[in-house]
Amino acid sequence: MLTYSEKVKDHFINPRNVGVMGDASVVGEVGSMSTGQALKLYLRLNADEVIEAATFQVFGSPGAIAASSALTEMLKGKHIDDAARITSKDISEHLGGLPEEKMHTCTMSMEALEAAYARYRGIELEIEADEDEELNICRCFSVSEQKIERAIRDNNLASVEDITHFTKAGGGCTSCHPDLKQILQRVRADLPENKPKQEVKAGATGNMSNLEKMKAIQEVLDREVRPGLAMDGGDMELVDVVDNKVYVQLHGHCNSCASSSTTMKFFVEDRLKEMVDPEIQVIDTTEHSDELHAPPMR
Amino acid sequence: MSDRPIFLDNNSTTFPAPEAVEAVLPLFGENYANPSSTHSMGQSARHAIEVARENIAALLNCKGSELVFNSGATEGNNTAIYAALDGMPDRKHIITTRVEHSSVLEVIDYLADAGYRITQLNVDRLGHIDLDELKNEISGDTALVSIMWANNETGVINPINAAGDIAKQFGALMHVDAVQAVGKLKIDLKEELAIDYLTISGHKFHALKGAGALFVREGAPYLPLIRGGHHESGNRAGTENIMGIVAMGAGAKLAQQDKHIEPMKKLRDRLQGGLLAGCEDVVINGDQGDRLPNTTNIGFKYIDGEALLMMLDAEGIAVSAGSACKSGSMEPSHVLKAMNVPLSAIHGSVRFCVSRYTQEDEIDAAVERIVKVVKRLREMSPFGHEDKRETLDANQLAEHKAYFATAK
Repeated sequence: MLTYSEKVKDHFINPRNVGVMGDASVVGEVGSMSTGQALKLYLRLNADEVIEAATFQVFGSPGAIAASSALTEMLKGKHIDDAARITSKDISEHLGGLPEEKMHTCTMSMEALEAAYARYRGIELEIEADEDEELNICRCFSVSEQKIERAIRDNNLASVEDITHFTKAGGGCTSCHPDLKQILQRVRADLPENKPKQEVKAGATGNMSNLEKMKAIQEVLDREVRPGLAMDGGDMELVDVVDNKVYVQLHGHCNSCASSSTTMKFFVEDRLKEMVDPEIQVIDTTEHSDELHAPPMR
Repeated sequence: MSDRPIFLDNNSTTFPAPEAVEAVLPLFGENYANPSSTHSMGQSARHAIEVARENIAALLNCKGSELVFNSGATEGNNTAIYAALDGMPDRKHIITTRVEHSSVLEVIDYLADAGYRITQLNVDRLGHIDLDELKNEISGDTALVSIMWANNETGVINPINAAGDIAKQFGALMHVDAVQAVGKLKIDLKEELAIDYLTISGHKFHALKGAGALFVREGAPYLPLIRGGHHESGNRAGTENIMGIVAMGAGAKLAQQDKHIEPMKKLRDRLQGGLLAGCEDVVINGDQGDRLPNTTNIGFKYIDGEALLMMLDAEGIAVSAGSACKSGSMEPSHVLKAMNVPLSAIHGSVRFCVSRYTQEDEIDAAVERIVKVVKRLREMSPFGHEDKRETLDANQLAEHKAYFATAK
């Protein structure tokens, strides 16, 4: 059996914020009984979109219970946009670290949060491949290619075992291991640290003209963002830069799936903050086919 | 009732009997010599081993000379399989089951890579093998049939005698992993003549870890796995684990008095009955008839086995889950999978096993705490209440409902 830290044990034995929330502003749901874990996350927001309360219901291992409990603790008092940036790593760190084998529980918590966020913002999540068995790479635990790719990217995973730890994929019959290997190679080849770097120093933009800044941003997009999108038949165009606001537009495949815009926004923003200016804010001007500002559910 | 944890994991190991511990103590004192030494101190140690051998032979109703002491069941299973194949060089087929212990299955996997043809017999939903399948699969090319006497996870008992007879008709050798049977079922190797090899392990019947024995019927082929000395008549080299062997002899003496079996069964039934009465949506995995008197494997719907196990641990109850944590996911038990127990039921499956030392008040306290913990975890679960949405597809749901309908 795995050994859990005292903090994990505490969150597991005395989970915070368990239960249904009758007056939730939004609910995020992931998982299923057949895959062995599921989480339902309830959030109540005030008029300023700050999370006043978060509760959960969970089905899963001690790690899943602890991660969900920890997440609700972390969410309270945060603006929903800031909350949406919480990663599986943040959750694990809040718990003082989870055994590697149990990282998939933090991944699940993060996904429930994303589901709640997407729902709140009225964004439809990308094709829920998990629900379409045909599209899943791992049939034992219903894990889609997209989910695996993302886990590799977000957590810099280096082996098939890592993928299993973070997503459960490959933990059952193991027949998908060759596929996982292939995905791993493909995604890793594309990771920024594996590409030749032309460092643009962060914070160096103070004296840049707007044109210079635009050029620096375009460079980062060309190097870090567009090649990845191109693989999926998409592209990103730099529309304008006004002060620290970077206006972009998605094309091709990316245009039709609105949820990618949320993910992309954060990803691009992070890269630009690191490489060009910590104050940068990315604004997606793409007109998605979905209603972008549909009212929150429930 | 004492404050010590309630141990309901007696198929993993057992409490060392006071009689076994007492028998071992002199070996830490005056009787410490090497049993291979010729001097009288050595001969005194040798004597202790031979007394143990006779006790174990009496328990199994075999000859002392048919026992080879070793380090335990994993070594016993390995040795028996290699010995049988070595004795049947012209035959290249092995039959076993899908529910064996890994110390058989992983050896078989290795042999498959080495060119042997392997048949793993299926089990039905209750965990039984089908003797007709054995009859259909066996042939003159079959070197070995290896079947466990009773399953460690479900307690389901296999028809060893009948399977052995089929093996004999085709001239195949028969190996039985009897690790879970000792002390819980009657083993009579003069009756069960079809058995050529039988594996036992001391710590499963109130002796110590690290010692076991392999029964090799007189005349059956044998090949030492470990060479390097004349110990065990050259059958297993290495200075004998005299503490383990002497404890095993004491355990065998205790096991031979079968008066503990009925009380054990009563306690198991009390536990099972209490849990069925106290918890809704539970199912017993495996046949309840042909089953070890100490074991019950219960699936709790809507909760995760590891979570249940850990919460029970915090409540002072030791049990094992139907899944083992292997790399990243709770790998569902191969035994329950082979029985086609739906995944949704495997996730929440837990094995409870009592021993001759389990007390009635321990069972009552355990039932109370388990019911409480199950309730708590279910209150936490998004499934099973509210809108009853189970996120299973139609087929899974039908399968799931049918399986749980067999409960109670």
